[in-house]
Amino acid sequence: MIAKLFRTVFLVDLFQGLWVTFRNQDPKRIYTEQYPAERPKVGERYRGAPRLNINPDNGETLCISCNLCALACPENLIVVTSQRNEQTKRKELTTFTYDTSRCMFCGLCEDACPVDALELTQDFELASYTREGAIWDRQMLEEGPKPTQYKC
Amino acid sequence: MPEATFLDATELVINMGPQHPSTHGVLRVILKLDGEKVNGTECIIGYLHRGVEKIGENRTYQQFAPYVDRMDYVAAVSNGLGYCLAVEKLLNIEAPPRAQAVRVILTELNRIASHLLWLGTHALDIGAITPVFYCLREREEVLKIFENYCGARLTTHAFRIGGLQYETYDGFEEEVKKFCDWFIPKVDEYEELLTNNRIWVGRLKGVGILSAEECKEYGVTGPVLRAAGVAWDLRKAQPYSGYEQYDFDIPTAENGDTYDRYTVRMEEMRQSTRILRQAVDRIPSGPIIGKVPKVVKPPVGEAYVAIEAPKGELGYFIVSDNSTQPYRMRVRPPSFVNLQALDCMVRGGLVADVVAIIGTLDIVLGEVDR
Repeated sequence: MIAKLFRTVFLVDLFQGLWVTFRNQDPKRIYTEQYPAERPKVGERYRGAPRLNINPDNGETLCISCNLCALACPENLIVVTSQRNEQTKRKELTTFTYDTSRCMFCGLCEDACPVDALELTQDFELASYTREGAIWDRQMLEEGPKPTQYKC
Repeated sequence: MPEATFLDATELVINMGPQHPSTHGVLRVILKLDGEKVNGTECIIGYLHRGVEKIGENRTYQQFAPYVDRMDYVAAVSNGLGYCLAVEKLLNIEAPPRAQAVRVILTELNRIASHLLWLGTHALDIGAITPVFYCLREREEVLKIFENYCGARLTTHAFRIGGLQYETYDGFEEEVKKFCDWFIPKVDEYEELLTNNRIWVGRLKGVGILSAEECKEYGVTGPVLRAAGVAWDLRKAQPYSGYEQYDFDIPTAENGDTYDRYTVRMEEMRQSTRILRQAVDRIPSGPIIGKVPKVVKPPVGEAYVAIEAPKGELGYFIVSDNSTQPYRMRVRPPSFVNLQALDCMVRGGLVADVVAIIGTLDIVLGEVDR
């Protein structure tokens, strides 16, 4: 009873809470990331901007235009067109369109790709000034987005 | 005789929401007030309806998995687990033991993340600003584990039908263990801030009482039911994904008021870390995905699988007609069912408590409207 009165009169419960706040004042405990001055480190497996890989040796695309990514996509946002090369009797990729405005980055397309050509990368800055800018063609997919890097 | 003005009216009808910051989304509540007293409420939902169930009927089984993350978006991993278990039941397969253990770890981490977000926003509704910063700080660590594991923070799409897509990354076990050790003192810190605080106790004790009988009548599940004294947890009652191997308690309380729901959820976070410690220590080796056909075509039949999501019983009912797409997809979301009890809890109380009661139900409107 007396203890309860003491706690009530001297605001023990409120000071207890204030002490927690005080303990967390330490500047070493700052958790805020100073983006864009400080670039965040995203995970290695991060599912960000799509990329169509090219063979680094000869610059040719790795895509075999099998259309499996387009079939796996829940939103049907990938369009692959190809042409049959009469000399090698192989399908060759002509265009590859990827609509990032409808993409939900589920990763089903990269799972479906049999040759690791289509990949979701660590790039996460996908803003563009127009809606059309969010629809990526083959060139954009191979080069990747080039966001402005800010420094403070 | 003077003309009647609005001051003579005994009942005042006001709108709360859909843009009210304390309705946790786009819930619209029509309050019938007599002064400060609430005489009745009417919930209007559907502002966030996206037709997820119908989308499920137009996608293949694998393609629908990312959409379930978008129902209860603060507990996306639990949604994914429920869906995968339902399809696995239709296919009559089971995930390998390693996949089951990793699934348990990720869903328990997600339960902690969901409860942390609830605690922060609920305290913010009541007027305690501090906890939300600390809660989001701790939640960030969970999201980092998710990001390192599957490449996404919120809409994770972590599980696949039959197991997992991704193998655990190097240092996964250590990171989870480190999180457990680091997290328990943080829960004590929240308790220090709130549990004995006179404003917190004064605002929550005896507010929005829902007895065990009323809970059962409304079909309320999850921490709201356990706060009323019913020790009902699907992880114990109908163990799935290997939950029967882990030793944990079901926290309950007696009064069923808002304060009890707070204590139950705090204790649940501690129990989750207990499960995490056990699960991390014994992740079996082996494959992470079972034998799943490339084209998932379950035999004709139906399956209902319910799991204990952070908010209550989350059920998936799928009817298959032996095609690549479900014939019928039905989701039993915990938030939607729990929200029905709002009128019962609010009626007769004060208008200032409505905010506290909506907060304590821990609803996510993405799941209510689907």
